Amino acid sequence: MIELEGVSKVYPDGTEAVNDIDLNIGEGELCVLLGPSGCGKTTTMKMINRLIPISGGRIYIDGTDNQELNENELRRNIGYAIQEIGLFPHMTVAENIATVPSLKGWGKEKGRERAAELLDLIGMDPEEHMERYPAELSGGQRQRVGVARSLGADPPIMLMDEPFGAIDPITRDRLQDEFLKIQAEIQKTIVFVTHDINEAIKMGTKIALMKDGELVQYSSPAELLSQPKSQFVRDFVGADRTLKSMRLIQAKEAMKPSPISVHRDSDVDHVHERMKEEGVEYLMVTDEEDRFIGWVEIWDLETNEVDSITEALREDVGSVNLETPLSDALSVMLEEDVANIPVLEEDGKLEGILTFNDLQQVIGETYTEKGGGSAIPG
Amino acid sequence: MTGKRIMSFVLIFVMVGLTIYYTFYGAQGWYSPATGQEMLLRTWEHLKLVGIAELLAIGVGISGGLLITRPGLKFLATPVTAIANVGLAIPPLALVAGVSPFFGIGPRPGIIALFIYSLLPVLRNATVGIEDIDRSVIESARGMGMSKFQIFRKIELPLALPVIVAGIRTSTILCVGTAAIAALINAGGLGQIIMRGQSVNFVALMLQGALLTAALAVTLDLLLSETEHALTPRGLQLNKETE
Ligand SMILES: Nc1ncnc2c1ncn2[C@@H]1O[C@H](COP(=O)(O)OP(=O)(O)OP(=O)(O)O)[C@@H](O)[C@H]1O
Ligand SMILES: [Mg+2]
Repeated sequence: MIELEGVSKVYPDGTEAVNDIDLNIGEGELCVLLGPSGCGKTTTMKMINRLIPISGGRIYIDGTDNQELNENELRRNIGYAIQEIGLFPHMTVAENIATVPSLKGWGKEKGRERAAELLDLIGMDPEEHMERYPAELSGGQRQRVGVARSLGADPPIMLMDEPFGAIDPITRDRLQDEFLKIQAEIQKTIVFVTHDINEAIKMGTKIALMKDGELVQYSSPAELLSQPKSQFVRDFVGADRTLKSMRLIQAKEAMKPSPISVHRDSDVDHVHERMKEEGVEYLMVTDEEDRFIGWVEIWDLETNEVDSITEALREDVGSVNLETPLSDALSVMLEEDVANIPVLEEDGKLEGILTFNDLQQVIGETYTEKGGGSAIPG
Repeated sequence: MTGKRIMSFVLIFVMVGLTIYYTFYGAQGWYSPATGQEMLLRTWEHLKLVGIAELLAIGVGISGGLLITRPGLKFLATPVTAIANVGLAIPPLALVAGVSPFFGIGPRPGIIALFIYSLLPVLRNATVGIEDIDRSVIESARGMGMSKFQIFRKIELPLALPVIVAGIRTSTILCVGTAAIAALINAGGLGQIIMRGQSVNFVALMLQGALLTAALAVTLDLLLSETEHALTPRGLQLNKETE
């Protein structure tokens, strides 16, 4: 979809910002350009939509050399979002979002419809926000509108330069999640610039790590973590790459499915017997609809006079969802000081159990599989 | 805004009232004030001086000011703005006096002096209005595929408009005051009455000219600040409110 062939940039003042980069970004891919400040990420990105003229090499978009296209046409078909957002302060949210549709001559009505649709997509009520001005929005809302605007004419390709860079960590995290959800739906080909390794791992299907204008490693996030090609990559990724790689694996990939559980109406003695048989000290309890509601402990059943499971039930215990990253699951385990944790569906239905051992094993496998065995701690 | 508006109305009312009073009841012994007819004539002359100079200044100032923000000419923006700022520090009296050795006396050299002086704020504000637009706004416009002309018309011009009108307002007010001084080189206008009052040392005559000049300045300021407000895009007015 986007191919960079030996691309270089030398600024008029002689700065060699980008040096002979080859990059092949497939359709539907979210390629993160990652690297320290000044390594040439923005320059590389802006050569794709020709905001910065190229000094050497070629860039093909869908097989066509981008120099052969009309520069404004080219840009209208590539979504563009930047950290500073650059909303037009004298235009309403709707007008801002409909900028490219209007440039493409869609007509006012269609542009407004599109704006409403996109506001819906980014989780802002169209009724309430269409006629507002940028000055009447919060920082996070502006950032969202900026992203919506870049999606205005439904371009197949998007360029995003630190689009979530200037907001507080909590909002940023939420916007990232929202954007990933949207991307799963719209499947754009995206070039995403950031210097934040965590953001890169979270957002990217591919990461292009750059240093001093050169491409150092181009691989999937998991591979970047498990098989750093050089000391620079290792340093940039950070000493905690084991932990980081846990962010890439979801609970459902590591859990044991269909765990043993008992119904809350079960007979106490019966449950006690069962626990002894299975040799477990804890057991998960579910309700009529197989939803997880808590644990029972064997000594509660032995020492205390309990007549029903409900009486012995320990509620208020942690759980994770199928999609929870292992890193978060680990945090929950540490916080709750438990070695097992139930994995639930969105509606609370018990799907599996995740143990501390499972975590260790999965990480071990990822590393040995990909040849980075030395990274397993302990 | 409204407070200022009320103040302006009161001022205009008082000043015009006093002028009328002196015109009809200002006679003292040998001295008589300017007649109503002369007052009207001088006011008309004054407005003509200001109007012609200001229209020229607006035409030249805006087009020049905008032109030097365009790519190829951008290098001119900083020096021109600096010159305009320095130029405004020259006292109007010096300028008026400085023009006459080259252009003689009468309304024409008066207009030339007024034009030069009025040009500076208009020119400066047109340039600054464009230059002060947030760079990221222009960049995102470019990134979305707006042509240079579309960026100018849809983004730069509306965003710079309030600043440009503010320049016109400053310029016009300065021009009304300077026009009174232009009477020194016999350009006509209300300054003639002030000067005559001075030469015969008759206060009522001086006040007739001075008060009406001031009333003119306040009136034009009021009109132009309303215009400025009307031409400020709503999204920018909100900005000001929250600041
Ligand atoms: N217009 C310019 N003229 C000259 N040099 C420039 C220009 N723009 C950028 N550079 C230089 O080119 C290099 C790469 O800049 P670029 O903006 O691409 O970096 P970046 O990776 O995006 O950095 P950051 O993370 O700080 O945004 C830097 O050394 C920078 O100083
Ligand atoms: Mg950058």
